[in-house]
Amino acid sequence: MQPTLNQYKTTQFSRIYSIGASRGDLVVTNDDVAGPIDSSDEWIRQRTGIITRRRASKDQSLMDMAVEASTQAIKRAGIDPQEIGAVIFSTISHPYQTPSAATMLAEKIGANPAPAFDISAACAGYCYGIAQADALVRSGVAKYVLVVGGEKLSDFIDPTDRSISFLLADGAGAAIVGPSDTPGISPTVWGSDGSKWESVSMTDSLLDFRDGLVSWPTLRQDGLTVFKWAVWEMVKVAKEALEVAGVKAEDLSALVTHQANIRIIDELVKQLQLPDNVVVARDIINTGNTSAASVPLAMDQILQDGLVKSGGLALQIGFGAGLAFAAQVVVLP
Amino acid sequence: MALSQNEVLTGLAEIVNEETGIDTESVKMEKSFVDDLDIDSISMMTIVVNAEEKFSVKIPDDEVKNLITVGDAVNFITQAQG
Repeated sequence: MQPTLNQYKTTQFSRIYSIGASRGDLVVTNDDVAGPIDSSDEWIRQRTGIITRRRASKDQSLMDMAVEASTQAIKRAGIDPQEIGAVIFSTISHPYQTPSAATMLAEKIGANPAPAFDISAACAGYCYGIAQADALVRSGVAKYVLVVGGEKLSDFIDPTDRSISFLLADGAGAAIVGPSDTPGISPTVWGSDGSKWESVSMTDSLLDFRDGLVSWPTLRQDGLTVFKWAVWEMVKVAKEALEVAGVKAEDLSALVTHQANIRIIDELVKQLQLPDNVVVARDIINTGNTSAASVPLAMDQILQDGLVKSGGLALQIGFGAGLAFAAQVVVLP
Repeated sequence: MALSQNEVLTGLAEIVNEETGIDTESVKMEKSFVDDLDIDSISMMTIVVNAEEKFSVKIPDDEVKNLITVGDAVNFITQAQG
């Protein structure tokens, strides 16, 4: 007789245990980037909200920041790295096509031989990672999952580009997701719209660069198309995330969006009609746009500044190149 | 029922006022959004989306760059109402 297969024993709920953060070691002002784009501190502040952006020096790698953020998250969670059952690294700026950044990270933080893999969902990547971590924990595949969003975008910018380069920054944010007695991560509302594939993208393929046809590929965006999508389409996603979570805007302690541009954040707040007591993360002002790292960095900032308390509800939403998006309501660690 | 040019202008002026605080009286047909009203591209996109909703029209992203003056926008919206 054919035996019945064993399957993982499922766990009912999951939550985020902790967040860790690491930012680029350089503080880059608007005056530092304004020259090549014929701009000014005032123009950049008005259009983006950015006062300074954090970038990594030549000696600080993407992996250095990921290790620092992960080590902090593991310590804050109070777990042994050997208990980590999966490492998920979301990044678009890991400079090797293969192997993944996640496998190196797992080794460096003492989580070897945990399964480890990268995901490429740009600014939505951390929220994609939380969705996967939630599923891995609740399905019983892993007890704890390390989710990292990390970027060294300064390796992929063109100082003369007026569309996106002056916004971009470097950093890594990490979260430990694990089992919980109560629900801590709502269903994720996520998706993509490849019809706008070119609206945030690299200038050229690496093959054309190899063949000497183009210079080093860097990031570009069609700012207005992205702005329109990021506000009015993401409002729908945010509302749906609240609905599937079974909460209302007034139940939130915080809104933590991808830190793309303060004008997007402010317009989202307006469209969502958020009550004044909901803390809105605006880490972009001092950190800049760190793509996959921006949601955990922004969440860490409001936690460390004491603006929100552990146990409160936060709506987190990532959106960007792809175009890809993901939103979920989480209990703050 | 399609709105008249004047009605569209009045409605558009309200949207501009809401987004930028500019007095509705200053939003005249011949005024340029950028040069006269000092409206930046991000505010312009917000105005466009609000106008799409208010007047039940579609203003393609590619069309936005052609809307130089308030009159350009009013005419586009009036015609788009069909």
